[in-house]
Amino acid sequence: MAELAPAHAAHAHAAPTGFIRKYIFSLDHKVIGLQYYFLALVAVFVGMALSLLMRWHLVWPQSHMGWLEKLFPAGAAGGVMTPELYLSLMTMHGTIMVFFVLTTAPQSGFGNYILPIQIGAEDMAFPTLNMLSFWVTFVGFVVLIAAFFVTGGAPLSGWTAYPPMSALPEAGPGEGAGQTLWIVSLALFSAASLLGALNFITTTLDLRARGLSLMRMPLTCWTWFVTAILGLLAFAVLLAAGVLLLMDRIAGTSFFVPAGLVVSDRVINHSGGSPLLWQHLFWFFGHPEVYIAILPGMGVVSQVISTFSRKPIFGYRAMVFAILAIGALGFGVWGHHMFISGMSPYSAMAFSVLTMSIGVPSAIKTFNWIGTLWGGKIRFTTPMMFAIGFVSVFVTGGLSGMFLGQPPVDLFFHDTYFVVAHFHMIMGVASIFGIFAATYYWFPKMFGRMMNDPLGKLHFWITFIGVYAVFGPMHYLGLIGHPRRYAEITGVNYLAQSHPLHLFMTIAALITVGAQLIFLFNLFWSMFKGKKAEMNPWEATTLEWTVPSPPPHDNFAGAHPVVYRGPYEYSVPGAPKDYIMQNDPEPAKAAH
Amino acid sequence: MADAKVEAVTAGAWSGGAEPYAVKSKKLGMWLFIISDALTFSALLVAYSYVRVANKWPTPFEAGAVINATVMTFVLLSSSVTMVLAVSAAHRGLRSLAVKWIGATMLGGVLFDILHGREWLHLIEEGVTPFGNPWGVPLFGASFFTLTGLHMLHVTCGVIYLGVVAAGFGRGKFESLDVEVSGLYWHFVDLVWMFIFPLVYLMSNRMI
Amino acid sequence: MPLLLALVIWLVCLALALPFFTRTWWFPVAISEHARQVDTQFMFTLVVTGVIFIVAQLALGYVVFNYGRRRSGAATYSHGNNTMEVLWTSATAILFIGLTIMGGSVWARVHFMGAPPGAIPIEVTGQQFVWNMRYAGPDGKFGALDIRQINDAGGNPLGVDSKDPAGKDDIVVPTMAVPVNRPVELILRTKDVTHSFFVPELRLKQDTVPGMTIRIHFTAETVGKYEIACAELCGLGHYKMRSFLEVMEPADFEKWLQKRSTR
Ligand code: HEA
Ligand code: HEA
Ligand code: CUA
Ligand SMILES: [Cu+2]
Repeated sequence: MAELAPAHAAHAHAAPTGFIRKYIFSLDHKVIGLQYYFLALVAVFVGMALSLLMRWHLVWPQSHMGWLEKLFPAGAAGGVMTPELYLSLMTMHGTIMVFFVLTTAPQSGFGNYILPIQIGAEDMAFPTLNMLSFWVTFVGFVVLIAAFFVTGGAPLSGWTAYPPMSALPEAGPGEGAGQTLWIVSLALFSAASLLGALNFITTTLDLRARGLSLMRMPLTCWTWFVTAILGLLAFAVLLAAGVLLLMDRIAGTSFFVPAGLVVSDRVINHSGGSPLLWQHLFWFFGHPEVYIAILPGMGVVSQVISTFSRKPIFGYRAMVFAILAIGALGFGVWGHHMFISGMSPYSAMAFSVLTMSIGVPSAIKTFNWIGTLWGGKIRFTTPMMFAIGFVSVFVTGGLSGMFLGQPPVDLFFHDTYFVVAHFHMIMGVASIFGIFAATYYWFPKMFGRMMNDPLGKLHFWITFIGVYAVFGPMHYLGLIGHPRRYAEITGVNYLAQSHPLHLFMTIAALITVGAQLIFLFNLFWSMFKGKKAEMNPWEATTLEWTVPSPPPHDNFAGAHPVVYRGPYEYSVPGAPKDYIMQNDPEPAKAAH
Repeated sequence: MADAKVEAVTAGAWSGGAEPYAVKSKKLGMWLFIISDALTFSALLVAYSYVRVANKWPTPFEAGAVINATVMTFVLLSSSVTMVLAVSAAHRGLRSLAVKWIGATMLGGVLFDILHGREWLHLIEEGVTPFGNPWGVPLFGASFFTLTGLHMLHVTCGVIYLGVVAAGFGRGKFESLDVEVSGLYWHFVDLVWMFIFPLVYLMSNRMI
Repeated sequence: MPLLLALVIWLVCLALALPFFTRTWWFPVAISEHARQVDTQFMFTLVVTGVIFIVAQLALGYVVFNYGRRRSGAATYSHGNNTMEVLWTSATAILFIGLTIMGGSVWARVHFMGAPPGAIPIEVTGQQFVWNMRYAGPDGKFGALDIRQINDAGGNPLGVDSKDPAGKDDIVVPTMAVPVNRPVELILRTKDVTHSFFVPELRLKQDTVPGMTIRIHFTAETVGKYEIACAELCGLGHYKMRSFLEVMEPADFEKWLQKRSTR
């Protein structure tokens, strides 16, 4: 703890010199935020590439791809993808997307960059810890990718890694070294997330500027704060589960493996454990994790919608309450992933009630977003387009959760593509739209230049229509009872009718993923060639817009901002402009 | 009017400004770490209870082992007392006294590790491994070594951490807050043992 | 731009919703009372969420269109409306809780009750990547199992103990047959990893969990041949871990059993 001196302790630390201290082992929260962001960017493109290979295989399982054999000599001998390779691509796709994209970019990336500035701090509370978190996360990513290249290849037990498959190397190719690396990677990731979370919480509680009471914090700060609390509690449990699973694999213990199993004709010498124990531990983490993925997106969307509607957010208090309620309820619903797992059917009822009640705070948020737009004077910037798109896909994805939350309906839909549709709509699209909105919104602040707007709009149109085309039809696959995690659709007769849908989705995925290159181009081109950004290009009100773009080393150049009002004072009657900055001491002309 | 409102808000404890709750960041950070680490241990203890209930659990700890564990408990508890003394000395500015008490605490930790190591070796001699033991239910050894091993790791890290703090505090590099924060950690490690001792040892004793 | 965005939102959502009306891809036929109840509960949910879906997307498109084309004047200055908050919060709560309670009763009917008396017991054992069905035979008793006697090639995939007389007449087959309109009790097990027994037409799905024996029951009401799929990831052959459920007239079922027990 000792050398992890808090940033504010005595004085701002001096700006570092030299490339390594400045960009690699930097203590500056802004650099660390960008490091996280670019890590997520690399990860998301790897994840997308894997998803394309999967989509391709589902439609053309026999197609011959010579280059694939070079990449995966065992999994694609002769250039044709094997079912086990499909499953390991799927596992890695899910793992990369959930952990290294959706836990990394919205929270650790944007949170790190923006949170300290929004609350008027010079840095995070523990800069050294912050740097450590990033580098441990980075190592976690490298370890995960390494799983592709060990004998047997990447694990094929899915991102949920249910034992005994994930505990027994006999259970299939990829369940050897690959699975071990997977666990190590997640343990590293958990440890890093824990450290990151305690840093976020401390920063939010301790380093706010004078006058920035909790109820004056931008909603983004609220969501990063609550997400950090979820992370602190959830990752602690994943870490414990990971330790136990690792013990099962390398020390011969059997926490998750019961007696009397015969795998691949071999009698397994384990006894006494329970596979359900893992499921409980995993989902106790896993469900809060999905809210970790979406909450920061919700914050960004609130911020963006308010800014570009030129209206205060509708029902600020209700929004804060909803964030807290989603966070709290999120810890009581993990059993909805286990309705038919053999868990007691009575507890299923309890989990169902809690699950369904999460619809209520979600409804509050949805209606408040629409309420904010209502009566606004909307500016259609690219971040605003993505924020509006977010609301649409969040409703779509959330409502399918209402089917899954009821045990008798989930009975049919569990482990079918209906679930895949649900989580892609709400996580693979809504949360991702949150990242897009945040990128287009804060890019000027982070890089001092504007992103290209027409290109951004083009990216929006293709992506918005594209994702509905990729993930919409998965609902219908669920209706016909199409199980998920099927490497091919030839094994079961009734799946023949799904072929046209699969073909449609694959084509849509190719186009949608292709459109992400527009985003990539826009990102890097604008970084160097974009129009210079002013301090406050969006005429927004929160503190990050009171400092130059990009902000100087200690954000406020030694000054200490004072906050006089709530975060979203737009179109205040009688005010000279249609927005009043949070640090503007001029009292609003008309009291309300 | 609005000015008055601003004043009212900026004056309160909830209003922001550095450390509005009068909790130092380092201390808060350590508390948060403790919460999360407590959850990790809770998850392990839940898993332990789960497999314990699901199996016919052996009760191998005879009087000798329980007495040894009791002595370990005593040592650890005493080290918490010396840690309290260290913190109090540090707050009073008595640097060398604080360092001495921290040293005593570290000694307690090392003694605990030694006693524990002896216990481990003893069990290993009897044939207890993570995947088997002479009394049936292999998970007995697995959970024993996992739980106590992780705890031992915490004690060992704690001793090193205290060493760093003692050295830094002695040379005036650290403030008394650092000693206090390290004390928090030490008490937590102690507390965890207070769960492991009854759950692992007392409930599996063979004395009655 | 506002009109375009509103239209795109509406059209995309319409396209998504349409197949739910045309039922181009839909549930397979329901062949049991329980299956019909599940369908009813699904339809209730579909109506409730469908209305919410349409209202929410229409409203979103409307505000985007209406307030997006506004050029003059300022936006309304408002921090919200508590009456509205309370109103929609309670409306949502009531709707969702109502659905949950209705769904609960469907769930309770199959999962809180054991099989009715006289149900035919069939033991189902999952294995990478086949299903093994065991019938107790004329004596009505399953023989003991011994994992050391497992021999896939030798025709004893379950390791039925040769020393147990109760096991002598056990029938182990890779597909399942049941008589129509007779309750059947399944005893679900697995040899290796977790699988999931799934018959879409019965709306029946249950994981088979290592170390556990799970009982479920059903009564099929329509004669026919249906597919059994594995719904829980169990390894590389997961996608082809398939079997059949044949629902037969009672006489045919007796013949079917007979033929297998004489072998
Ligand atoms: C970002 C991630 C995210 C989010 C936010 C959610 C949100 C929700 N999820 Fe989802 N879920 C996942 C990611 C996510 N989920 C993932 C990854 C899985 C699969 C894991 C795996 O197995 O691999 C999964 C699986 C999953 C299951 C298990 C399915 C199965 O395996 O059988 C269930 C079951 O209950 C469920 C339910 C819900 C519910 C009820 C919500 C709710 O929070 C949704 C609330 C939102 C709304 C309801 C919409 C908005 C509200 C309105 C428009 C108001 C309505 C108005 C009136 C009523 C007037 N989810
Ligand atoms: C964030 C989560 C996320 C995202 C974005 C995606 C994106 C995609 N997914 Fe994935 N998917 C999962 C999470 C995600 N998926 C999970 C958890 C599983 C389950 C795994 C398991 O079963 O174990 C899964 C499984 C899964 C399956 C099911 C496999 C099976 O059950 O057999 C399929 C099949 O088509 C699929 C397809 C796709 C496609 C085509 C895309 C896309 O490629 C669509 C196009 C992508 C985008 C539009 C996003 C682009 C985003 C950016 C460019 C952001 C850039 C910025 C930064 C990150 C800084 N996915
Ligand atoms: Cu067996 Cu999937
Ligand atoms: Cu969940």
